[in-house]
Amino acid sequence: MSALLEVENLNAYYGKSHILQGVDFHVGEGEIVSLLGRNGVGRSTTIKAIMGDVRSHGSIRFKGREIAGLKPHQIARLGLGYVPENRDIFPGLTVRQNLLLGQKTARQTGRWSEADMFRIFPRLEERADTAAGVLSGGEQQMLTMCRTLMGDPDLVMIDEPTEGLAPKMVELVGRLLGEIAGRGISILLVEQKLTIALKISGRLYVMGHGRIVFAGTPAEFAANKQVRQEWLEV
Amino acid sequence: MLEIITFSTLNGVLYGMLLFMMASGLTLIFSMMGVLNFAHASFYMVGAYFGFEISRRVGFWPGFVVAPLLVGALGALVERYGLRRVHRFGHVAELLFTFGLAFVIEELVNMIWGKLPVDYRVPPSLDFVAFRLFDTTYPAYRMFMLATAVAIFAFLLIVLKRTRVGLIIQAALTHPNMVAMLGHDVPTVFMMVFGVGAALAGLAGVIAGPALVTQPAMAGLLGPILFVVIVVGGLGSLAGAFVASLLIGLIQTFAVAINVSLADMVGGDAASRFGELGHVTVAQIAPVLPYLLLVLVLILRPTGLFGNRET
Ligand SMILES: Nc1ncnc2c1ncn2[C@@H]1O[C@H](COP(=O)(O)OP(=O)(O)OP(=O)(O)O)[C@@H](O)[C@H]1O
Ligand SMILES: [Mg+2]
Repeated sequence: MSALLEVENLNAYYGKSHILQGVDFHVGEGEIVSLLGRNGVGRSTTIKAIMGDVRSHGSIRFKGREIAGLKPHQIARLGLGYVPENRDIFPGLTVRQNLLLGQKTARQTGRWSEADMFRIFPRLEERADTAAGVLSGGEQQMLTMCRTLMGDPDLVMIDEPTEGLAPKMVELVGRLLGEIAGRGISILLVEQKLTIALKISGRLYVMGHGRIVFAGTPAEFAANKQVRQEWLEV
Repeated sequence: MLEIITFSTLNGVLYGMLLFMMASGLTLIFSMMGVLNFAHASFYMVGAYFGFEISRRVGFWPGFVVAPLLVGALGALVERYGLRRVHRFGHVAELLFTFGLAFVIEELVNMIWGKLPVDYRVPPSLDFVAFRLFDTTYPAYRMFMLATAVAIFAFLLIVLKRTRVGLIIQAALTHPNMVAMLGHDVPTVFMMVFGVGAALAGLAGVIAGPALVTQPAMAGLLGPILFVVIVVGGLGSLAGAFVASLLIGLIQTFAVAINVSLADMVGGDAASRFGELGHVTVAQIAPVLPYLLLVLVLILRPTGLFGNRET
C-alpha cells in the first residue's frame, strides 16, 4: 500500500538558516501519526513546507502525486487540510463566516456540515453571529479546527491544538480528534501533551534539530527511555 | 443663503462620492500590497479619455459601460504582469513602479490626445436642468453623477459584506496565507480587486470628464487629494476613506462658496492688524484646506480618523 503522504529528504530554510535538514516520514490512509519534539526543532516548519507556505526542496507526494512547488491553494484543493498553531481565525468575520470560508467553493458538500460542527461544539452555535475575534482562546481553537474540516480534507495536519487550553477544552479537542479519525480521515498531529499523542496515534515520530530521530509505535516509544530523555525531556 | 447651502451640500456630497469611488479602490489595494498605488489617479484619467474616445464614435452610453471595463482590464494586467513581478523586490520597488507607471501613462496620453483639453461633453440626453431653487438651476448631469456614485457605493457595500467573494477579500486583506491554505486562490482575488479598483477609478473619470476638464494634467491634479483622503481616513480603512472623502468634498465646495474674508467677519479694524492676510477670502485658500487638514490630522491623530496602522 502506498502512503497517503510521503515526505522524503525535505529541506527548508529561513533566510540562511537551514531549518529542516532532510526530513523523511509518511502518513498512511486513515492513520493518525504524531510528530513530537522539543520547541524549535522544526515541527511547524515541516507542516508549513508541506503546505507550500515555506520555501523548501525535497520530495512531497500526496495521493501519489508530487506536490512540492505547487501553490498553497492548489495543495489545499488536493485534500490537504492545515490547522495552524497560532489560531489564525479571521477576527473581523463572524463564527459562521469563518466556517463558510473553510469551504473551498460555495456549493462544496463533504463529510462535514455546519450542523456537525454545532453539534460537536454547541458553544460555536451560541456564538455563530459574533465576531470571531472576541471568542476565548479555546473557542478560537475549536473554530480553527472546524473551519479546516469544512473544506473536507482527506488528511489534516494539526499544529499544537491543546497548547494553553484549560483541561476541559483539551478534552473537547481530544473528542474532535476521535471524531475525525472515526470518519476515516488521516491526521498528522503536532502535540506536546504526550498523554493525548500516545493514546490516539497509531505511529509517532520524534524530531530533533531538523531531522527525524525516532520512528515507531507508541509501545516502542514507551519502551525507549533513551529517546525520550535525549529528545523530549527538558 | 439657503440656496448656497443646498447647492454646496449637493456639490460637496457629489465631489465626496466621486472621491470615494477612487479612494475605496486605492484603500483596498493599499491593504493588499502594503504600498500606495501612485498610478491610481492615472486610471481615472485613462477612464475619461477612453470615455471621450468611445463617446465621439458611438456615443456616451457605450463609453459609460465599456470604458470602465477596459480600464479594469488594464488594471488587472498591470497587477498580473507588473506589480506581481516587482513585488519580490520589496515595497520600495513597488512604489517606484507605480510612480513610473503614472508618468508613462501621462506621457502616452500626451502623445495620443495632445496637451490641450479634449472636447468631452455632457450627452444631450442628460443636458437639461434638473431643478431650480430660487434663481439658481441644478444640471441633471450632476444628479446623474451623484446617482452613479451612490449606486457604486451600494454595490461595493453589498459585494464586500454580503457575498462570499467579499468575505474572502476581507479575510485575505489581513490573513492572506491562511486564506490560501484553505484553498482560495488569493493571487487571483488580489488581481480582481486591483482590476475592480482600476475600473471604479475609470468610471469616475468617465462621468467626471464631461463635467470637469479632460486633460493630461487631470491625474496630477487629483492624485494629491486622493492621497489626503486615504491618509486622513486612516490607511487601509474603507469606512475612514468614506468619511474623509465626504469631509474633503464638503470642505472644498463650502470654502469656495463662502466668499468672506477675516476682515468681513471680525470687522476691518481688528483685521487690519493682520495686514494683507486679513483680506484673503476663504475661497482663495480653498485649495490649501485639504492639505491643512492632512497636516492637522497627522499631528493630532497620526493613524488617521479610522486607522489603526502607523502611517
Ligand atoms: N519566520 C521565521 N523566520 C526565521 N526563523 C524562524 C521562523 N519561523 C521559525 N523559525 C525558526 O525555525 C526553527 C523551527 O521553528 P518551528 O516553528 O518549526 O519550531 P517548532 O518545532 O514548531 O517549535 P515551536 O512551535 O514550539 O516553536 C526555530 O529555531 C525558529 O526559531
Ligand atoms: Mg511550532
